Amino acid sequence: MSWEHFEHGSDIGVRGIGRTVEEAFEQAAIALMAVVADVSLIGHSEKVEVRCDAPDLELLLVSWLNAVIYEMAVRKMLFSRFKVAMSGCSLSAVLFGESADPERHHAAVEAKGATVTALRVARDPGGQWVAQCVIDV
Amino acid sequence: MDPSSLSRHSDFEWWIDPAGKMRVPAIIYAGEDLIRGMDEKVREQLTNVATLPGIQRAAYAMPDAHWGYGFPIGGVAAFDPNEGGIISAGGVGFDISCGVRTMRTTLTMEELQRSKTELAEALFHGVPAGIGSTGAIHLDEHGMDEMLRGGAQWAVERGYGRPEDLDCIEEKGRAPGSKPECVSREAKKRQAHEMGTLGSGNHYLEVQRVAQIFDAAAADAFGLKQDAIVVTIHCGSRGLGHQVGTDYLKSMVVEGYRPIPDRELACAPIHSELGEHYLGAMRAATNCALANRQIITHLVRGAFGRVTPQVSLTLLYDVSHNTCKIERHAVNGETRELFVHRKGATRSFGPGNPDLPPGLREVGQPVLIGGTMGTESYVLVGTQESERLSFSSACHGAGRAMSRTQATKLWQGRKLVEELQERGILIRTRSYRGVAEEAPGAYKDVNAVAEAAEHAKLARRVVRLVPLICVKG
Repeated sequence: MSWEHFEHGSDIGVRGIGRTVEEAFEQAAIALMAVVADVSLIGHSEKVEVRCDAPDLELLLVSWLNAVIYEMAVRKMLFSRFKVAMSGCSLSAVLFGESADPERHHAAVEAKGATVTALRVARDPGGQWVAQCVIDV
Repeated sequence: MDPSSLSRHSDFEWWIDPAGKMRVPAIIYAGEDLIRGMDEKVREQLTNVATLPGIQRAAYAMPDAHWGYGFPIGGVAAFDPNEGGIISAGGVGFDISCGVRTMRTTLTMEELQRSKTELAEALFHGVPAGIGSTGAIHLDEHGMDEMLRGGAQWAVERGYGRPEDLDCIEEKGRAPGSKPECVSREAKKRQAHEMGTLGSGNHYLEVQRVAQIFDAAAADAFGLKQDAIVVTIHCGSRGLGHQVGTDYLKSMVVEGYRPIPDRELACAPIHSELGEHYLGAMRAATNCALANRQIITHLVRGAFGRVTPQVSLTLLYDVSHNTCKIERHAVNGETRELFVHRKGATRSFGPGNPDLPPGLREVGQPVLIGGTMGTESYVLVGTQESERLSFSSACHGAGRAMSRTQATKLWQGRKLVEELQERGILIRTRSYRGVAEEAPGAYKDVNAVAEAAEHAKLARRVVRLVPLICVKG
């Protein structure tokens, strides 16, 4: 499993890759956090639970990343670990992180929202799950 | 984009002629070099916009157009609700009513040089910026709804700024038709502590010098003299606007207008429950942005007051560049009420427009174009021709030339801050990585964009501004 960023004209794309769709979603969330700050600098002492659902897997990815963005925004937190469980197009997850600290985290940019641009959730020919979309920052 | 693939109508006007499902042509205003540097996605997105129902005249791209969300950034499209016209969350953008506000100051260059560091510190500490920052105003549910209805007028009534500021804001600082009840609880919660915050990314607060005058008469009408000092704010509707964009994009994807060529072009008929709810929420978010810039104006005045108490700041103008507004425009010789989407595009009303306040009505609307912390910004003036050319619209900024990831590989934030300081530009930030991502070299040449807007007759250059102090989120 891994994550990466991909190019978008003014913003940035996030891509999570995993053996299962859950892993791909977890990795996509790490890629999202890496847009905001260096994930290795973020602790994991506090946990937050979220739930979301959507009509299909791709929109579920958007809802999931938007749920992470929302928790970041209202709790003023950053996250470094994610545990996702899925049942069809419903998702429940635990986010592990800590309060945002400008002195320590040097957060570069806040994420405004996950978009449906370059949105894709699918298995690649090698059997790996890929979950990606563009984040408006 | 290959210019030879477009139909050239002039050196600065390029057409994609209607084909397939396009209802109208797509028109790009830019010089040949800008066209060559433009993402192929602009063609794809603009062509898709041209297929939407109720679109009038053409789908337009401004000289700074680049790949956006459904609509290109730098895209303009107007829809007639009586012809099945739609409204699109992507056509407005996530940061609803993001915009630019410029204030004149009575500060001289000599006075500024004497107190530059102190002023930079006062602005940095006086205006909350960056991730996790909160403002001094905390709104409960009732207060939030009042703000969402009142916009900058709400802010002025509470002592943030002066009544005369409102004359120099689009729609006098308050978008009518706001429906706070159409804004989700999540969006309001996201905003509860964010009033009067600048945000991050490409948002900024700059103290700038008038470095060059192109149009002396317009500059005089705008009260801008050579070497005058101005302050410019670039920010938007903060968490509330972002959440409204998120909520309604999802609703439009799931239950919006069908068929559409791409789901990122999700939209709803203007005359539909979803369309009307989005309009009400979008206008509420617009008021949030206008209130936010008004509060920041007050904070900026406070910071100046502490350092240079003799200096006064008056508003030149406030323009939003992520909007959908009802405007009256001529189509086939008939004046109609249209819903004009401007995604990363600035309204550019020409002289005589009755919506402009006295003093600006004679000369035209200031068009504020943001640059980068190390280069320049522009004030242009709207033209009468822009009504015919682009529903009175012009560009909004330079647009990125490379991704944030690429920029952090090429520049180091701390070094960049030192280099800019040597050039007399003080940067204040909480994130060096943020500075690297926003490096001047990561953006396209704003000079070329402003020049193209003038050659295309969308707006005329009035003054060029260079940065002296920049507070980044």
